[in-house]
Amino acid sequence: MSPLLFWIFAAIMLVFGGMVVIHRNPVASALSLVVSFLALAALFVSLDAYFIGVIQILVYAGAVMVLFLFIIMLLDLKAELRRRPNLPAVCGGFVVIFLFIVAIAEVSFRFQGGDASFQPIAQGPQGDIWHVGMILFQRYNIALQVVGTLILVASIGVVVLSKRELK
Amino acid sequence: MVTLNDYLIVSGILFAIGFAGVLLRRNVIIIFMALELMLNAANLSLIGFARYNVHDRLPDYNGQVLAFFIITVAAAEVTVGLAIIVALFRARQTTHVEDINTLKF
Repeated sequence: MSPLLFWIFAAIMLVFGGMVVIHRNPVASALSLVVSFLALAALFVSLDAYFIGVIQILVYAGAVMVLFLFIIMLLDLKAELRRRPNLPAVCGGFVVIFLFIVAIAEVSFRFQGGDASFQPIAQGPQGDIWHVGMILFQRYNIALQVVGTLILVASIGVVVLSKRELK
Repeated sequence: MVTLNDYLIVSGILFAIGFAGVLLRRNVIIIFMALELMLNAANLSLIGFARYNVHDRLPDYNGQVLAFFIITVAAAEVTVGLAIIVALFRARQTTHVEDINTLKF
């Protein structure tokens, strides 16, 4: 992928990610999050991870965000009123975030070999989904079963939580 | 030329945006969305490292499988979390964290 496309998609992802935090209307935040996830999927494709990119669009931009919008509209949330910010909390938040970005930049620039270009790869005619599937169902088979059980437990838990009377 | 460092820095900034959302916003649903941003930033750096470690002209697919698991668990987490938010809204008619301070010290 050309550097121009990379920076365009990275900028889209970061700008719309920032708009998720900045917007006062929850619906606008959710729609910004969808755009951010789509740009992130493009970045996954630029890293030759086609399967993860498709899963990102299907699961996140599709299912999860529809769930978010559904809940926002179900609860009928209005835009937040402008209120006086809690100054110590905001300052503390910005200090922590600034220190975090400094730490990330420090680690990235100290990382040896991180400024080399990616080596070329040849995934063969099967593509990456074949390789991911082979590893997923062989080496990580137990983990896959555990995740399946986790999703079953989560769906049962949601049904119990959504009952009108909690006993 | 795009390098691993570029991906790591973009991923770090995305994580910081999500972190800022969790720290600065007061609406539970927005906090939840910011949490998703942080999970996705972790995914981006995982995929970047997977592409960086090339063996036999193939990327390291273990990282992609881990990202797959993160996406799956995050989807389960979103369903449970939103169900909790709906139950909370039924009980208290609010989604602001400042109104939910029973357990606050």
